[in-house]
Amino acid sequence: MAIFLTENSKIIVQGLTGSEGTKHATKMLAAGATIVGGVNARKAGQTVTIGGTDLTVYGTVAEAMAATGADTSVIFVPPRFAKDAVIEAIDAEIGLAVVITEGIPVHDAATFWAHNVAKGQKTRIVGPNCPGVISPEKSNAGIIPANITGAGPIGLVSKSGTLTYQMMYELRDIGFTTCVGIGGDPVIGTTHIDALQAFEADPDTRVIVMIGEIGGDAEERAADYIKTHVTKPVVGYVAGFTAPEGKTMGHAGAIVSGSSGTAEAKKQALEAAGVKVGKTPSETAELARKEMAAQ
Amino acid sequence: MDLYEYQARDVFASHGVPVLAGTVADTPEEVRAAAESLGGRVVVKAQVKTGGRGKAGGVKLAQDPVQARERAEAILGLDIKGHVTRRVLVTEASDIAEEYYFSFLLDRANRTFLAMASAEGGVEIEQLAVERPEALARVPVDPLVGVDEAAAVEIVTRAGFPEAIRQRAAEVVVRLWETFVAEDATLVEVNPLVRDPQDRIVALDGKVTLDDNAGFRHPGHAQLVDVQAEDPLEAKAKAKDLNYVKLDGQVGIIGNGAGLVMSTLDVVAYAGQRHGGVRPANFLDIGGGASAEVMAAGLDVILGDPAVKSVFVNVFGGITACDAVATGIVEALRILGDEAAKPLVVRLDGNNVEQGRAILAEANHPLVTLVDTMDNAADKAAELAAAGA
Repeated sequence: MAIFLTENSKIIVQGLTGSEGTKHATKMLAAGATIVGGVNARKAGQTVTIGGTDLTVYGTVAEAMAATGADTSVIFVPPRFAKDAVIEAIDAEIGLAVVITEGIPVHDAATFWAHNVAKGQKTRIVGPNCPGVISPEKSNAGIIPANITGAGPIGLVSKSGTLTYQMMYELRDIGFTTCVGIGGDPVIGTTHIDALQAFEADPDTRVIVMIGEIGGDAEERAADYIKTHVTKPVVGYVAGFTAPEGKTMGHAGAIVSGSSGTAEAKKQALEAAGVKVGKTPSETAELARKEMAAQ
Repeated sequence: MDLYEYQARDVFASHGVPVLAGTVADTPEEVRAAAESLGGRVVVKAQVKTGGRGKAGGVKLAQDPVQARERAEAILGLDIKGHVTRRVLVTEASDIAEEYYFSFLLDRANRTFLAMASAEGGVEIEQLAVERPEALARVPVDPLVGVDEAAAVEIVTRAGFPEAIRQRAAEVVVRLWETFVAEDATLVEVNPLVRDPQDRIVALDGKVTLDDNAGFRHPGHAQLVDVQAEDPLEAKAKAKDLNYVKLDGQVGIIGNGAGLVMSTLDVVAYAGQRHGGVRPANFLDIGGGASAEVMAAGLDVILGDPAVKSVFVNVFGGITACDAVATGIVEALRILGDEAAKPLVVRLDGNNVEQGRAILAEANHPLVTLVDTMDNAADKAAELAAAGA
């Protein structure tokens, strides 16, 4: 099993014909993902050949879904058009919308999230500003490299793209059920808690690795959730102990404000919930390895 | 981006939020002239992006233009929590009957917006929230619905604003909401929001934070950046479109991806504990591309920092292949020539790592040390920084 994304997922790409969309759709196809079409209102009806696969470009997400049975959309639309693209996916009630785009204004993200809530949350949004979701050897929705590692019993949820890759690499001999990059923006769809809940319910996931970073209190809330809802071993890592107050560290959401959002507070909250927290990515991988060995 | 008070005041005024008459000034003489045109009795306020200005002596009442000039002499140049005052705002002195607090902000945890209001303004709001949470109304605002006059009345009523001025306060609140949305702000705060003896409602002091991601629809926001106050290295990096933050250590850091770079800083700080306490000198995320030009631009900025004694290049080849990064490093060193005079520790992993390492081995640059893991590389970089210090 895997969470959110399986070998049966049928993927469309919003922004397929753009350079990022084309580049990553090629890699996704090579990784075995089932891409069934693209969406671009201005190029509706065209057929593009990507990595040897002919893909139809549809005018809207709803049309693409009706024609192909797609249940997942990966969104590579530039920031200024991203809000409308996500709202279109929500209105079409697609099951999973993975928003890769970096640099979306937070008012836009808050607006499409509110829209999703108003529509009854029929769409799971991952991101924005995220690397996407990979269920190794099954499917790949986003930009996570598929050649780092294969399928295995670890579940990974992370705010950071490259730390996701690093952790997959450190634990490449064990492998993963699913790796979910939830993104580094202040407002995101799927949270650590959503992924923890899904990994807890997934019979194939035996150990969960959770990567956080400075800013907000998502890790603290995840710690509360773990205390009462997660029985599987969780290993954690938090980046940004050396980050100064008031400075945005690359991700729009990675900022310590006053005394809130510090790495130390997050580490303490996680440890109080029984999560083993590594000081470095390699130590964290070692902790996960020990949890696996103990089973 | 946080705005200065005077910039927040201008933004408020442009959206119809009532503010006091005032003007900015950079010299005591300008302050004297400003006081004269404002009618003599004024308040001189240090313009720094930090709280606690009053306690630090950065806000003073002056009875006349001559005293305003004296006040300015004391305030200009004043260091407030590490922020040196280079500009003051001179406003007419207001008569205050009551002080309130009001803000709109992003509520990350609930993925929505929040109005916070209290009838007890003028105090440190974080303190009030802890000590007397019941005095602070917190009202969620749905981005799809916004704040109209009826909603504004509801908020100020829940905050306990006196009935006599609720309607007027609500009108100001609607303007503040307009400001929050129209400017793509993540914070609009008025503290204090005052009631004067004539029952007028005025924003006496304000804080505004703008969303940098929304810059594409606000070309005017770029002009609000205080170029003079920027760290020169940060300004240089920004001009080259690099994601750089200056820190106070000795080990320069270049990496790809915000999370990995933050993690690299931490790992270097831990390693530094074994090597005389050296620390990371900066955050620099060169992103997914990592071309030779970007690598050269990044190295150029970092090597321009006199505090830097060694550089740690930490790249995980995910989307980027390591051979491209290695070529970038070799090419960057060629571009920089004699400018590059500090040792470089490089750790490459991931996509095409063997080819990448081979390229660096082939180039055999005297400054470059290739180390196989992130932890060992951090240790080596810290050791070299300690030796060079």
